[in-house]
Amino acid sequence: MNALNTKANISTPDEFYAELLAAHEGLSKPESDAFNARLILLLANHIGDRTVLSQALRAAALKD
Amino acid sequence: MGRIFEQALYPYSRSADQDAATPVRHTVVVVGAGPIGLAAAIDLAMQDVPVVVVDENDKVSWGSRAICFAKRPLEILDRLGCGDPMVEKGVIWNLGRVYFDERQVFGFNLLPEQGHKRPAFINLPQYSFEQFLVERVRALEAEGKRIELRGGSKVLDVASHDDGVDLTIGTPDGPYQLCADWLIACDGAASPIRTMMGLDFVGRVFEDNFLIADVVMEADFPTERWFWFDPPFNRGQSALLHKQPDNIWRIDFQLGWDVDRDAELKPENIDRRLRAMLGEDIRYELEWSSIYSFQCRRMDRFHEGRVVFAGDSAHQVSPFGARGANSGLQDTDNLAWKLKLIIDGKAPVTLLDSYDAERIAGANENILNSSRSTDFITPKSEISRIFRDAVLDLSERYEATRPMVNSGRLSVPCTYDGSPLNGPDCADMPARTRPGSPMCDAPVPGGWLLDRMGSGFYLLAIDLEVPDGLEIDGIPVTAIKLTTSGDEEGYLRQRYLGDALAGAYLMRPDQHVVARWDHFDENAVTAALLKAIGRQS
Repeated sequence: MNALNTKANISTPDEFYAELLAAHEGLSKPESDAFNARLILLLANHIGDRTVLSQALRAAALKD
Repeated sequence: MGRIFEQALYPYSRSADQDAATPVRHTVVVVGAGPIGLAAAIDLAMQDVPVVVVDENDKVSWGSRAICFAKRPLEILDRLGCGDPMVEKGVIWNLGRVYFDERQVFGFNLLPEQGHKRPAFINLPQYSFEQFLVERVRALEAEGKRIELRGGSKVLDVASHDDGVDLTIGTPDGPYQLCADWLIACDGAASPIRTMMGLDFVGRVFEDNFLIADVVMEADFPTERWFWFDPPFNRGQSALLHKQPDNIWRIDFQLGWDVDRDAELKPENIDRRLRAMLGEDIRYELEWSSIYSFQCRRMDRFHEGRVVFAGDSAHQVSPFGARGANSGLQDTDNLAWKLKLIIDGKAPVTLLDSYDAERIAGANENILNSSRSTDFITPKSEISRIFRDAVLDLSERYEATRPMVNSGRLSVPCTYDGSPLNGPDCADMPARTRPGSPMCDAPVPGGWLLDRMGSGFYLLAIDLEVPDGLEIDGIPVTAIKLTTSGDEEGYLRQRYLGDALAGAYLMRPDQHVVARWDHFDENAVTAALLKAIGRQS
């Protein structure tokens, strides 16, 4: 069974982080919120695996 | 006026029961002559259970109301002998379009599976549906079946005892008393029977109102279901356009919670909305309009002693997904054969507990699905609106999020997984026909599989030698023998055999699968049948 990868997995983390912030540059708060929602939905579809998605939802809540 | 819903189809006439010295006792009294009450009465009468239907009204449904009937209920109506006129009159549709703001987001095709007698859906106004059922009642009466429809007869009082129900019926000639061995309450979401018995009906209230307008117009729109999220002509709300027979179009406008109902229903205000939506120059005639709000709720139990609740009296859902009338018809489909066996003394009264177990599972599924549709159509928080709009925006470009677009998850038949009536399964066979599932139609020599079945138990044998019939404790089981040789499309194999070389399926009178084997063993069939009628665990 697949599990959520919570180890570092992005080869160029600084570049990714900068790209993420750049994507939001110039956006209003509602535009940024909408952007984030679209991004989450696209990434979630790419992952697809319902077990991993549920694990990610729990992990993001910072409660376990 | 020629409108069918303005004519008295079963006007009050005095019954001999009103002049009887002591209250007359009937086997079954059905309260409510809507789609569910009439279907229940027809089902019982066809099985030779005498039935009296009482309704305070004498007409079919006022306005179109339920308009969307799904494949499984159409199959049930075939068993009741009234599927053909409904499908002939109804509008068959497969295509849907979804709009967001000013843009078309995507179109979809329901892509109905081939190899079924009935289509995925037809659109037919509830008054036509009820009219065909009333005609079926009249035909059964003419055949000598004991079925009686009493209009202008309102239940004023109900008292349930261990062995029956006492009723007071109000009529234009004054009240009279009746007794019934069994009472089936099909008296709608506001069920007076449920209220008189003091039974709870709790659930979730949705703070929303919808305006329905049925308009007659010559329009060249295709036969499709169009749904708008946040359109320019109804900002912040939704709208729906759907075709009915006879050039009648159903238009739904979501209004929100704080609305002035009387003002919204004024023809000039409806006219303004219609012209904003369809164009200033449209020519139409308004046939019917109404404002509705809804709740999602159900009773704790669907029967209380000798009183059984079916349809909206037992459970209520939002209209998204066409799960109201469609699920009510599955209630009576489930109930009629059980009640028949109990009345004939062939099954214990406790068999009714399985009606609760199976149909409460169905109601829960419908409430879950229709609540989710409602939450998508009417986001309840800022973040849920953000996600809803994100799904719609993405869906215009990418297929990825289209399955999340939820303008109603259309009614599909209920599978009674885990039912106390289910028998053994065979692992090599397809999941879609596992115990608890409704039978899956398939073409067979000379017609369709489901048309081979009436209202009894059947043993479906595929590529297997079985006796022509069995009788188990006075209950006949009829064999239907089929072979996959000559089944060129492979429907029987795909739907019933899977990896098994042969199949024996025991089927209930409501065409749900009891148990299945890859061989024939009479003792196993006997045990499964006894379990299916509540005689063994």
